[in-house]
Amino acid sequence: MKDFAYVSAQDVATAVRAIAEPGAKFLGGGTNLVDLMRQNIERPDTVIDITRLPLDRVEELPDGGVRIGALVRNSHLAAHRVIRTRYPMLAQAILTGASGQLRNMATVGGNVLQRTRCPYFADLAARCNKREPGAGCDAIGGFNRNAAIFGASDSCVATHPSDMCVALAALDATIELESVRGVRRLPLVGFHMLPGDSPQHETAIAADELITAIELPELPVAARSRYRKVRDRASYAFALVSVAAALEVRDGVITEARLALGGVAARPWRAHAAERALMGGPATEERFRLAADAELEGAVAQSQNAFKIELAGRAITATLRQLQVEGSAA
Amino acid sequence: MTYVGQPVDRLDGTAKVTGEARYSAEYPYPNMAYAALVHSTIARGRITRIDSATARKTPGVLAVITHENAPPMKPAPKMTPMDLSTLATGTTVNYLNTDEVHWNGQPIAVVVAETLEAAREAAHLVEVEYAEFPAVLDFAAEEGNATPQKNSLISEGGAKKGDPDAALAAAPFSLDLRYTTPGHNHNAIEPHSTTAFWDKDRLILHEGSQNIAWTQGHLAVRFDVPKENIRVISPFVGGAFGGKTMVWPGTVLTVLAAKVTGRPVRLMLTREGVNRTVGGRTPSIQRVAIGAEAGGSMTALIHTSITQNGKVGGGPEQVTSQTRHLYDAANLQVQQNLVELDTIANTVMRAPGESIGSFALEATVDELAYKLGMDPIELRARNEPARNPIDGKAFAHRMLLECYEVGAKEFGWGERSPEPGSMRDGKWLIGMGVASAYHPAWQFQANVTVRLSADGTVLVRCGFHEMGMGAATAQAQIAADALGVPLGAITVEYGDTALPTGPGAGGSGQTASIAASLITACEKLRRSVFSVARKTPGSPLRGRRFADVRAKDGGLYDGSRGESYQEILRRADRASIEAQVGSDTRLGEITGQVRFMSKFLMDRRRWVKAACGAQFCEVRVDSDTGEIRISRWLGVFDVGKVINAKTAASQLRGGIVMGIGMALAEETLVDPRNGRIMNAGLAEYHVPVHADIPSIDIRYLDDPDPTMPLGLLGIGEVGIVGVAGAIANAVYHATGKRVRDLPITLDKLL
Repeated sequence: MKDFAYVSAQDVATAVRAIAEPGAKFLGGGTNLVDLMRQNIERPDTVIDITRLPLDRVEELPDGGVRIGALVRNSHLAAHRVIRTRYPMLAQAILTGASGQLRNMATVGGNVLQRTRCPYFADLAARCNKREPGAGCDAIGGFNRNAAIFGASDSCVATHPSDMCVALAALDATIELESVRGVRRLPLVGFHMLPGDSPQHETAIAADELITAIELPELPVAARSRYRKVRDRASYAFALVSVAAALEVRDGVITEARLALGGVAARPWRAHAAERALMGGPATEERFRLAADAELEGAVAQSQNAFKIELAGRAITATLRQLQVEGSAA
Repeated sequence: MTYVGQPVDRLDGTAKVTGEARYSAEYPYPNMAYAALVHSTIARGRITRIDSATARKTPGVLAVITHENAPPMKPAPKMTPMDLSTLATGTTVNYLNTDEVHWNGQPIAVVVAETLEAAREAAHLVEVEYAEFPAVLDFAAEEGNATPQKNSLISEGGAKKGDPDAALAAAPFSLDLRYTTPGHNHNAIEPHSTTAFWDKDRLILHEGSQNIAWTQGHLAVRFDVPKENIRVISPFVGGAFGGKTMVWPGTVLTVLAAKVTGRPVRLMLTREGVNRTVGGRTPSIQRVAIGAEAGGSMTALIHTSITQNGKVGGGPEQVTSQTRHLYDAANLQVQQNLVELDTIANTVMRAPGESIGSFALEATVDELAYKLGMDPIELRARNEPARNPIDGKAFAHRMLLECYEVGAKEFGWGERSPEPGSMRDGKWLIGMGVASAYHPAWQFQANVTVRLSADGTVLVRCGFHEMGMGAATAQAQIAADALGVPLGAITVEYGDTALPTGPGAGGSGQTASIAASLITACEKLRRSVFSVARKTPGSPLRGRRFADVRAKDGGLYDGSRGESYQEILRRADRASIEAQVGSDTRLGEITGQVRFMSKFLMDRRRWVKAACGAQFCEVRVDSDTGEIRISRWLGVFDVGKVINAKTAASQLRGGIVMGIGMALAEETLVDPRNGRIMNAGLAEYHVPVHADIPSIDIRYLDDPDPTMPLGLLGIGEVGIVGVAGAIANAVYHATGKRVRDLPITLDKLL
């Protein structure tokens, strides 16, 4: 690991001033950045420790929404009463991620910004357009069993690994960013970029910005929601496919639906097409499957991951069915 | 016996949980320097330029050793049966003594620095250019180039009885199936670590090793010093599973770095470093064909395999071994075939051969049972041989059917409805499967001394290996019983080449090997103590016959006449009495070697010795997603006499856990375009996590094998054998799908 300077920021103003220096990186829980530094994929000159910033609270807002400080630890958020009761899919999503130890360290802001787990991104000997724009992509034609089925390009087929973000996408969360230039808010849906021909641009954050908070809107439908993660082992594995779903059914008719998928794209994938197909329809297995198919129509497989298209269809259908039958209980 | 068979706690348990037990990267030396490796990023070629100028400028860097400046080392020794340490060669590459690259990940430079961080950073800054040569890297594509493995003294490539092809063609029921298994890496919890220090021309090496004598012998050749000048110290090994048997480049290069810098040097491989520089289990392609009568009798059994060697080393795996022994087929053929690739050498990994070979065999037997409409246990019973099927030799001990009988009852096998997909619990499809476990019993040479001191304590000394299985505890139990002393009186010294040469920890043979010598040494010691007592005036043992004397209550007694060891030694004015089995003089070594080889060959002519068992599992498969969860496990084993009920169960259980990993998760992903391992870390190379493992019930018959010391059969490997087969069979029972390619991941069930 390269030698680096360590700065501990005590307030947001200091932190966003410090990040303006070239080669500076924010350090939250460090569960991703430190690994990448050990692998020489990240080689910052300065690490700005932001864990002492006062951004570690979960607050209920007067408008019914919830404001989550960017430095709230994942495990704290998952255990929070408001999240568990009003947004169960979010609590469940977080608890399927990583391990207890990692969740105790990892921050909400860091989770949003975590990097892909594509093995070719992680190996400096491989070609990767994310790491080195224009170098090529060894995942195409290589080990891509867990690559994207939506929004991939000839430059990159990587997926975003977060579980939490899948729930945030379904919940229409907003990201608050701050820099010396001021504060702005962006919807989480669309915050992560599809690769196109510049997969090095992963999110809409500017180089000098700090995520200060995530805000959830008031969303009654979310109280009946769940998160289903399908993976190769029972714990401590990234999703092959995951589903965040919320459903409101009145008299057997779907009146509101929220659906997002994980493990399928460079962004948490809000399944708008499936939501449209559900709306106004009967809450039946057939309708769930039709909705899944509507979303998956646009899916494209790599050489090793065609199964993910079938798996996503089954996971969507099963999650909606379970939500309808069992409610939110994890 | 007071202690043998009891669930005695590990003697080193407290040292381990308090951190007092020292592993090879934990020995402090003043002036320690730290090493890091630079790995090749191509599979085959030559280094045309290696630039370490930037690396050298990193603060704290002491040396960057490359092929351009490394001192010469001797090449790896040629194999000879007269010196088994010649088997220790990991690969035949003379690291840093050549500009050639033979596998992707080969170490091509070593950086030594004042700190670990500086060494690793500088290693990153070494710049390398290559001239690349064509390379053979795709195992699957090499199938057509496989050549039959020849028979050798210790490893048989093939055998044939009758005319299996004709019998298969004529059989009313037959199957001819193809299986594949991927490469695996051991991934022991302790990554390979070495601390090396040259005191002039004497080397002290701390090394997590399964065979310190081999390590010593190998390094003596490479560094051209007498073996006696090298001391390998390895009291604790953090798991190994075969991966610490051979001498791999990290060890050799740490010794070289210590020589170059004149400092004690420590190398702790990263997890990625282990995967790139230590061989793993070969992938395999297998064919199993069975012909049978309607009543289940097998008329033909054919099992062939293709496995991979590195061009720079490795060896065949006995993939078809169990097929020689398990079923009484009238016509039988086994043949192992090999291909050579430009990869790191393959190496031994827990039950090399049987673990993957039994998957193919046991899945085919299950498939045959379905074809015949017969219970798979009944089919096995109908083909249980009275003598070894391939050659008619006698079995030394064989209670496989008894294992099935106990297991079927305990597991509730009778409650299984045989129809695939017929057992369900909500969304979960339930399946039950069985398979046989089988592993040959080995016994190696072991030199042992036992010393009784005047205070009544006993010191057992033998340079064996403690990889976490409780090896020393088992030997202490044996010695305590043999001498009639409390367990607390015994101290066991091990893991040091300064001790009498012990056996390697491999082939499930360590405990039996030491036990044989230890029992003899204790017998000798009792005789010596008795003859001292007999001659000592005033001793109550005067005039007694040795045959009437028993070692008990911390002394020797003929009925109630006798006295404690302390009294005997005090009366005779002796500080201690020692007995020895085997000798580490040059002559003693040769004698021992000859005695070992002749016993080995004679035993093999007379007997087939093996541990066996029956694996029972229950799986639950999510009917929506194909996710597989193991819900119950029972392993019933015929492992002869069990020495320690607690550590034995633990080791058998560990084998099953590892087998579950093999069945459902483990796969080394080698990119066929460049031979590079693409999942060289535990995030991507999946082993089971706690949530994947159910409660595992272990039973053993505890019936001694009369041909083995104390009747014990090794337990290190038999536990993994049959696990993947049992799971594949249970998955079929749950889903109606036969998965013949490991690992059984959910995509194969969609």
